Amino acid sequence: MKQKGWKDLVPGSVILEGGSAARFKTGSWRAYRPVWKEENCIQCLFCWIYCPDMSVKVKDGKRGEFDYDYCKGCGICALECPGKKGNKAIVMEEEGT
Amino acid sequence: MSETTEIRWHGRGGQGTVTAAKVLADACLSGGRHVQAFPEYGPERAGAPLRAYNRISAKELRMHCPVLNPDIVSVVDATLLDSINIAEGSKENTVFIINTTKDPKEVRQKLKASDKQRVVTVDATKIAIDCFGRALPNSPMLGALCKVTGLISLDHLLEDVRKSFGKKFSQKVIDGNLDATRRGYEEVHEG
Amino acid sequence: MAKVVAVTGNEAVANALRQVNPDVCGIYPITPQTDMMQRYASFISDGKVDTEAVLVESEHSSMSACIGASAAGGRVVTATSSQGLALMWEMLHIAAGDRLPIIMPVVNRALSAPLNIHGDHSDAMGARDTGWIQIWSENGQEAYDNTIQAFRIGEHMDIRLPVMVCMDGFIISHSIERMEYLDDPEVKNFVGPFKNLYPLLDLDKPKSYGPLILTDLYHEYKRAQHEVMLKTKDVVLEVAKDFEKLSGRKYGLFESYRLEDADIALVILNSAAGTSKDVIDEFRGKGIKAGLLKPRLFRPFPYEEVAEALKNTKAVCVMDRSDSFGGYGPLFMEISSALYQLKQKPALINKIYGLGGRDYLPSHAEEVLQELHEIAQGGKLKIIKEYIGVRE
Repeated sequence: MKQKGWKDLVPGSVILEGGSAARFKTGSWRAYRPVWKEENCIQCLFCWIYCPDMSVKVKDGKRGEFDYDYCKGCGICALECPGKKGNKAIVMEEEGT
Repeated sequence: MSETTEIRWHGRGGQGTVTAAKVLADACLSGGRHVQAFPEYGPERAGAPLRAYNRISAKELRMHCPVLNPDIVSVVDATLLDSINIAEGSKENTVFIINTTKDPKEVRQKLKASDKQRVVTVDATKIAIDCFGRALPNSPMLGALCKVTGLISLDHLLEDVRKSFGKKFSQKVIDGNLDATRRGYEEVHEG
Repeated sequence: MAKVVAVTGNEAVANALRQVNPDVCGIYPITPQTDMMQRYASFISDGKVDTEAVLVESEHSSMSACIGASAAGGRVVTATSSQGLALMWEMLHIAAGDRLPIIMPVVNRALSAPLNIHGDHSDAMGARDTGWIQIWSENGQEAYDNTIQAFRIGEHMDIRLPVMVCMDGFIISHSIERMEYLDDPEVKNFVGPFKNLYPLLDLDKPKSYGPLILTDLYHEYKRAQHEVMLKTKDVVLEVAKDFEKLSGRKYGLFESYRLEDADIALVILNSAAGTSKDVIDEFRGKGIKAGLLKPRLFRPFPYEEVAEALKNTKAVCVMDRSDSFGGYGPLFMEISSALYQLKQKPALINKIYGLGGRDYLPSHAEEVLQELHEIAQGGKLKIIKEYIGVRE
């Protein structure tokens, strides 16, 4: 992509659209990916609360898949996950394996 | 008198000296004249000696510094004659207007004024006390200055005093000041 | 029709602001500006304007409030002096970088320490590189006229920059002088209704101010900011032309006084220029070709135009009412830069005068003009930077 020159800039570095941060896909920073194991999930939604981004999708009060566009793989969700009978519902796996 | 008249006022904080300079500037605006009025700046302290200045001219006034060689020196408080040199920078034909109970000849001697320099006195403090009960000699001093310099007519000055004091004071105070201005005009003594 | 009045500089500028009737005014007192904002606060409480007053707890907050209000989409003003301007420093850069046309009268005053309330130019010179347009004024009339013009300049759609209008503390701010007011409708019409560029309060078109811009684009943004400053000169002249039609008073990038055929010249800002002009007339009377250049637009600085105006002189003294310790005075540095590009340059000296409100007297101007005359006659240039009116 051609980078903008000084004549192409919006005066005052004002960003003229709302929510444009959505286009910045920070998921590419991820080295480890969280993987959701539905069979071990008790739907406590701790992962949704603890996620520092908004990468745990919740619909009708139930969590679904991760939003990998923005998940940076910090692993907080996996750490906090209580799981079921000693089995975690979120495990971290190395990217690209 | 040259085309620019420069006036230096000597007074003490709280006597209305700066107000007098302002009223004079406003009154002299007529006839398309240029005017300046400014105090010697600094913290305002009641009783402390202060100076204020006027310039009045038919041409544009560009000078932005204190008056160094006054055409007129107006002393609102006679006790200053003993503490500061009010004749500093005076010209050969400077006019001194002094608020004092003393005889103008006596003041002339004290000032060591030359023959061409005029010395005029007015008992402005007494006039002020008579007219509105307070020792605020600024309006009779304006009256005296008006008489001595002829810069403006008495009627014009009275109108401006009415306007300036009217913003702040009661009718009684305004009337007292108008009387005092008129008496200052009438009760000048020269010697 | 113009109305002739005898008023102080502060009163004149407060009245200009009243006639413009901005949307928001950040108010914080500091000598010698206090009296201006106090008068403006009276206009607000008397219902003469419908400005929203934001009474803040510091000048830093005042400028912050102004930035917010301006980004929100309002016409915004504030005023300050000295330490107040210094405290605003980081926010001044943001106002300019965000391209917000805030108008701010600056009543020039010395900086601490030692503590001093009187007029010199240290405050505004310290804000030289903040990206604000700076317009300087000799007297109350110029401060009034410049304040009105500042709205047209800063708010111009090609410019959108904040503007400082400078005048000397006390010497002008507190002196009563004769001047002419324009009528309220004339000013209103001249300034025109405020036009938004990117208002935050346009909720249908959400936007963000103040993003993080790193190595990828910051350099480009700064280059663009310089370009806007370059365009400013033309806008200043265009607005001055319109203002002349309205008022009969002529303004340019600077004032040239008896400079056309001058051998020697003073370059001097603000109120001291007036005092100098009277002395220049005296020298002319003696057959010495003296002239004066009084900068009006200090940022952006009109280097080429100034060089052109001074190119035929033999000796020039730049008079600075502020200092750069261990350096030359700030105005000297500008003039020196301007003249360096000339093939034939006049001799150039620098005098520091009037710091902390020290009176600038006709005798000072005489002294300097006499020295310039001697240099122009082939005398030796002894010392480049010197202090005048200083006790040994």
